[in-house]
Amino acid sequence: MKYQSQKIALVYFAVAMGLFAIQVLGGLLAGWIYVSPNTLSELLPFNIVRMLHTNSLIVWLLLGFFGAAYFLIPEESEREIYSEKLAYLQLAILVLGTLGVVVTYVFNLFEGHWLLGKEGREFIEQPKWVKAGIVVAALIFLYNVTMTVLQGKKTAITNILLLGLWGLALLFLFSFYNPHNLALDKMYWWYIVHLWVEGVWELIMASILAYLMLKLTGVDREVVEKWLYVIVAAALFSGILGTGHHYYWIGTPGYWQWIGSVFSSLEVIPFFAMMAFAFVMVWKGRRDHPNKAALLWSLGCGTLAFFGAGVWGFLHTLHGVNYYTHGTQITAAHGHLAFYGAYVCLNLAIISYALPVLRNRDPYNQVLNMASFWMMTSGMVFMTFVLTFAGTVQTHMQRVLGEYFMDVQDSVAIFYWMRFGSGVVVVLGAILFIYAMAVPRKEIIEAGSAETPAE
Amino acid sequence: MNSEPSLLDEVPGELMMWVLIISELLVFGAGLAVFLSIRLTDPVLFAESQDHLHRTGAALNTIVLVTSGFLAARALGWRRAAERTKARLALIGAATLGVVFLIIKGFEYADKADLGIGPETNVFFTFYYLLTGFHAAHVVAGVLILLLVAWKDDARNIETGAQFWHMVDLVWVILFPVVYLLG
Repeated sequence: MKYQSQKIALVYFAVAMGLFAIQVLGGLLAGWIYVSPNTLSELLPFNIVRMLHTNSLIVWLLLGFFGAAYFLIPEESEREIYSEKLAYLQLAILVLGTLGVVVTYVFNLFEGHWLLGKEGREFIEQPKWVKAGIVVAALIFLYNVTMTVLQGKKTAITNILLLGLWGLALLFLFSFYNPHNLALDKMYWWYIVHLWVEGVWELIMASILAYLMLKLTGVDREVVEKWLYVIVAAALFSGILGTGHHYYWIGTPGYWQWIGSVFSSLEVIPFFAMMAFAFVMVWKGRRDHPNKAALLWSLGCGTLAFFGAGVWGFLHTLHGVNYYTHGTQITAAHGHLAFYGAYVCLNLAIISYALPVLRNRDPYNQVLNMASFWMMTSGMVFMTFVLTFAGTVQTHMQRVLGEYFMDVQDSVAIFYWMRFGSGVVVVLGAILFIYAMAVPRKEIIEAGSAETPAE
Repeated sequence: MNSEPSLLDEVPGELMMWVLIISELLVFGAGLAVFLSIRLTDPVLFAESQDHLHRTGAALNTIVLVTSGFLAARALGWRRAAERTKARLALIGAATLGVVFLIIKGFEYADKADLGIGPETNVFFTFYYLLTGFHAAHVVAGVLILLLVAWKDDARNIETGAQFWHMVDLVWVILFPVVYLLG
């Protein structure tokens, strides 16, 4: 660790990992409710469990991004973070908000209250006071990192990262605008939900990935930056108007079907470019970095994001297809692999890379870490497949043959059982990862044998 | 690390502009491909709707735009020969012709509106407005870019601006026959 203030990242990552555990456990519970629908139906209804699952996902990913920014900006800008105190204050606000959210959701406090009650719009259900807290925390964060970058060296990586983070914060402001017209409500709602994950988050992803490639492969900065710019251009070009693929059936004019179909199809390109980028850098690079786990997560990130976000997204993005598949388990399959591949793997990659650095030691628990990658990944890929099958059957029975929703649900139960099984594997993998990161062994580092054995 | 020179380094003009151009061509290409596919399913509607379009105005616009492209291309040559004033005038001329294109286009749209035709009239006009509307938006951007590079008249800048402008030209030259003429 070169800069003292990079330490801030450690706390962010720790809180993120705690929420990660809660998120996957919530997912497991939701998966169980799918196969045994009466579980906790009074105490903790499914909609609340799902809300906790998705909200904690978003919050821990954001904390991971913040941590990553605090970790890599000092190194890139070659100076300490502007204010450590502000960084901890920001975290405290976010944690308070998160606790407030959990308590409000679980006990359904202040129902209908304009300031304290749950707002009820999917993913942005947070009570207004929490939303305000998020904005304050984001302002503190942006002030802090922007001041650091402005006073230090500016690199393509920090520029793109800041662009992404600023965009993220500004787009969140749409969560305060809640028009009475439902079509308009949904239209602005996607400014956050879509333009985050298929817009500005991609910039954050590309810049963190570029940083990791720079460190892990030792390829020239110039080459990395060229890739970074191309990826970012492709992401914004396709992603912004790609929002149209959410405007097919919400009451917006019909031309959105074509705008959405054409532009969102192109969203495959930046994800393909990120995958190609990661692999080409590794082939070109001459550095044999000891942190193999971080490299595995980085390559896994590129690959799984391409399949989860790119291929599985394209699968149902054309409006002619989406007319049938909209809101079926196909969507769930895509959502799971896309978030896992693009943003979970990315965070776990930077955490795998950063933690040994932050603790001033060599990469530790590499084998456990890599085992956790394969467990989580195989579990998640299996889950994606079974949900895709479930969604295909569901689409045919429900949308083509016109059978009743609940009858169809009964006939795809076998897939839900398999999904629960794969969920167990993912949770075990996640716990293994957290353990591998949190508990370094007091290992004895053996020197490699001096002479190469004869071959 | 001393990497071998990449093929990309030999590409003339700005790499990022090429990325944009390829993306644009993919979008317009996809739009035209879908347009032609739907045309197969309803040739009568497409033929009838096409008769409402101003073929002469569009042909005139083609001449306007190609001339403008010629001026932009000449501007780069002049700038490289250190004839700055000439280059600047050519760029301003190119931008002016871009505005002429937009005015003619504006008359065309106004005429459609008078006939009560809009993007929701039928699928032909949905595509007519999407394709020509997107293109016109690029003409607006192109005019601004041409003026920008006339002001900051580095040869490299002019080349990048001309690159964009030729893409706008190219798209129109394909749009015009496919949307207006194809019988």
